[in-house]
Amino acid sequence: MLASLIIVFREVLEAGLIVGIVLAATQGVVGRARWIALGIGGGIVGSCVVAAFADAISALFADTGQELFNAGVLLIAVVMLAWHNAWMAQHGRELARDMKAVGHAVRSGEKSLAALAIVIGVAVLREGSEVVLFLTGILASEEGGITTVAAGGLGGMALGALVSVLLYAGLVQIPTRHLFSTTTWLLTLLAAGMAATAVNFLAQAGILMAGGTILWDSSGILRDNSMIGQALHVLVGYTDRPTEAQLIAYVAVVAGILLLTRWAARNSSRMVSPAR
Amino acid sequence: MRRPSLLSAACAIALTGAVLNPAGAARADDVVTIVIKDHRFEPAEVKIPANKRVTLLVDNQDATSEEFESNEMKVEKIVGGRKQIKVMVGPLKPGRYPFFGEFHEATAQGAVIAE
Repeated sequence: MLASLIIVFREVLEAGLIVGIVLAATQGVVGRARWIALGIGGGIVGSCVVAAFADAISALFADTGQELFNAGVLLIAVVMLAWHNAWMAQHGRELARDMKAVGHAVRSGEKSLAALAIVIGVAVLREGSEVVLFLTGILASEEGGITTVAAGGLGGMALGALVSVLLYAGLVQIPTRHLFSTTTWLLTLLAAGMAATAVNFLAQAGILMAGGTILWDSSGILRDNSMIGQALHVLVGYTDRPTEAQLIAYVAVVAGILLLTRWAARNSSRMVSPAR
Repeated sequence: MRRPSLLSAACAIALTGAVLNPAGAARADDVVTIVIKDHRFEPAEVKIPANKRVTLLVDNQDATSEEFESNEMKVEKIVGGRKQIKVMVGPLKPGRYPFFGEFHEATAQGAVIAE
């Protein structure tokens, strides 16, 4: 039971931390609950579908289907996060101004919320499909049966959700003015970490051949699979043995999103000033 | 408003496209088989040549799925019950590279020895 609790906890934590950041990032935006719920719900349904077709997916593209699926899903999330940050840079000010008023900002805010719902959806999809595979495996075996699955699964989910709520509660303590820039940074680093993980899946599939050299080993200080290491892995993309390709992807995504948001913010001031 | 999405998509494609291997996945010549049985690896230690790309064939003979994972080799792949997966590793420097089955970590432990 403890094993299933730990496994489910780990997977729920990964998806949950992302939900926590997104919830904090959309603090006060009307209609966010519906989109985030849609992302979580879609992700759970998708998890079951992916788990059911896991073998078929795995067999695709000369047995690299699983890696390509993971890499693809992560890259979709990276693009959505980049888009959201650029959108926020363009509309953040008006959104903050009209936050409480139902009207124009709400309508336009939905586009960005949809991007974040997709991010949540694919995060839940990726981690959830592993939970489904693991739990159905236990159910099918002689190891424990339904009681084990229920106790371990529910306990793990509750613990994972609790940590995510704590993160969210911590983030919303930040004054609104700083909350936006904090969550923008968190989403940027989240995207960079996802890109680095995607690169790793491409290397594992044998598609990305360059940059496989491991740059350093900080596992003596903080291991990937420790509690803190895993949380940092989700939040800022920490990995104890990064490869060259992973570092390049990480830096490129951070730089790319920064340039994109700066460009979007400049566009927004150009658009706003003639009207005044 | 569409522009940021297109630009970021282009960035992502350029990012991945720049270093992709155009010939697709390299089919490594060396295949080493590792069997999973009763949530244990057999053999628990496999030797592979160092500085060479090697394909590990993980053959799961259990009814339950397993996740073949190694932090040292940077590998993470699910293998379904009574299914097989291929994982490409390396080129590895000489040394010991532990791996484990994440779904049954207590018993499923092993290592690749590159030499």
